[in-house]
Formats: sequence, structure tokens, C-alpha cells
Amino acid sequence: MNAAFTVGVVSFPGSNGDHDAIHAFEHQVGVGVRAIDYRESDLDGVDAVVLPGGFSYGDALRCGAIARFAPVMTSIRAFADAGGPVLGICNGFQILCEAHLLPGALLRNQSLRFHCFLATVRVEQADTSWTRGVAEDSILALPVAHGEGAYFIDEAGLAELEANNQVVARYCDPDGTLSTVANANGSVGSIAAICNTRRNVVGIMPHPERASDPLVGGTDGVCLLRSVLLAGESALT
Amino acid sequence: MTRKMWLIEAEIMPKQGVNDPQGDAVRGSLDALGFPGVDRVRCGKVIRIRVAAASGEAARDMGVAMCDKLLANPVIEDYLLSVSAVEEGADR
Repeated sequence: MNAAFTVGVVSFPGSNGDHDAIHAFEHQVGVGVRAIDYRESDLDGVDAVVLPGGFSYGDALRCGAIARFAPVMTSIRAFADAGGPVLGICNGFQILCEAHLLPGALLRNQSLRFHCFLATVRVEQADTSWTRGVAEDSILALPVAHGEGAYFIDEAGLAELEANNQVVARYCDPDGTLSTVANANGSVGSIAAICNTRRNVVGIMPHPERASDPLVGGTDGVCLLRSVLLAGESALT
Repeated sequence: MTRKMWLIEAEIMPKQGVNDPQGDAVRGSLDALGFPGVDRVRCGKVIRIRVAAASGEAARDMGVAMCDKLLANPVIEDYLLSVSAVEEGADR
């Protein structure tokens, strides 16, 4: 247990992955956890912040559109701007896009169906705050649970993401090849996860925290969560 | 200055080039129902806001600010605003 490191997990009204994340960080990663209410403004010096999955504000208007203006987001923006590691999972990814902490947006799945299954992703960048402990080209089995998971960015934006190596993970077949079947939600470039240019803010649609306990869902997600413990140059200054 | 009630209508549509699977599904259904010549269907949303403002122009400015800040996401959506005076006792 690394009591010197504390991960802040934010709960918005409608979050449902907050306790999964708290459990994973406490028991599988072995760090301190501080549950942060969306109305708080003081992050109490946490070392990393996680925006969990769920349906904040019932997905009213657009997923993440209302949560973006929750009081806690001002502090999270400052934390991210200072280089602090921030991970947005599923709805958390949507919130980070709405808050312009990450580029692009998440659209309705191409199938119009809610997707709930074990997806496989290929990790392409091993130098972000949340992938530092993962070998490049690792293939991970992670559960997805989303209705609006189709990552969208216009052509110019996609070219910029690719040029800056900001595509952190893509949906793939179990052998690592990209396919339209693996990219079930219809994301541009099969994108499952991206980072900002500073590489301290990561958004991921699948749920690493739900693949962290050997009893349920496998343990492929732990390496992502654990990565934040490995200090890097983008760590808080 | 008296402040009248205005109705701001924001029509928010997926931008050109943004996939709209909902529109595609509706078009498929219209085809199946036998409506001829349906070329393209796009689904968006309309948000109606009743607001007290000094003038229609002031109400429009407010509508623009609302769309830019919250109602529309410029990455994926365009919006069109219309503003009209709300008649006394109208329930819109």
C-alpha cells in the first residue's frame, strides 16, 4: 500500500463507476483514495484525479455537457493545467471533451445500441501519465458500457492527433488488427483513448477499473491504473 | 425600461460531416413505409427558452451566448436561432 499517493475520484450526480474506481485503486493498485464530491472546490492535494463512468446529470443535453460546469471542474482544470494526471473513464472521457481538456467529442454509437461487452484495445502510447507502465502494442481486454462512445473529430483534428501521437489506444481484434467489427461503436480511427498534448490528461471509453479484480472482469486494466504511480516529466510541478 | 418576454428557439443540428445514425435510421424507416424520394434525414433538437429581456436583440444576444457556452457543442453541432415576442398569456 502506497499511502503517500492519493487518487481523487470525483462523484457527479449520476456517476456509477465511482465506487468501482475507488475499489480498484484501494485494493488492486494499493493507493490512498479521496472521494471528491462534485460541489467541492478543494482537491486536498491529491496526486491524481479520476472522472468515473456513469450518466452524470442523466446525460441531459449531451453526455458530460452539464457536468463540465460542476464546481469541482474549475479545480480539476487548474490541476490538469499544472500537469496533474487526470483520467476520464467513459462518461469521464465525455466530460473531459465537453470541458475542452481533450479534443473531439463522443457521439451516439453507430449501431444506435447500448454496447456492453468485453472489448479489446491496443495501447499505442506508453508515455502518458496513465500508460507509462504498459508496453506499447499491449492488447488489453476491457469492458465497455456506453451508448455514446463513437469518438469524433474532424479530419484536420484527426491528422493533428496522429501527428502528435495522441491516440493512446484503439479498438482491435484479439490479435491486435484493426477492424470494423472491433470498432463496434464507429469511432474515427478506431479510437478508444486519447491524451492531451502534454500527455497528463487521458480519456478512455472502456473501463480499466472494471478489469482490475481477478474475481470479476479480469485484471487487464490494472496496468493502466498503476501507471500513474510511475513518475514522469509531466508529474505535478 | 420594460422587459418583455421573448421566446428563443435554438435549432441544434449535427454538423455536416458528422455521422447521424439516428437520421439514417429514420430515413430507413421512411423508405420502408414507402415514402418516395426521401434523400436525406438529419435529426437534431430544438430548445425553447422563454426569457425576459429589454429587446429582441438583447434576447438574441443571450441566445447566442447560451448556445456557445452550453446548448451546442461546436465540435459536432451547428445552431440556428430565432427570437419572437411572447404574446400575453401565451403558453409556449
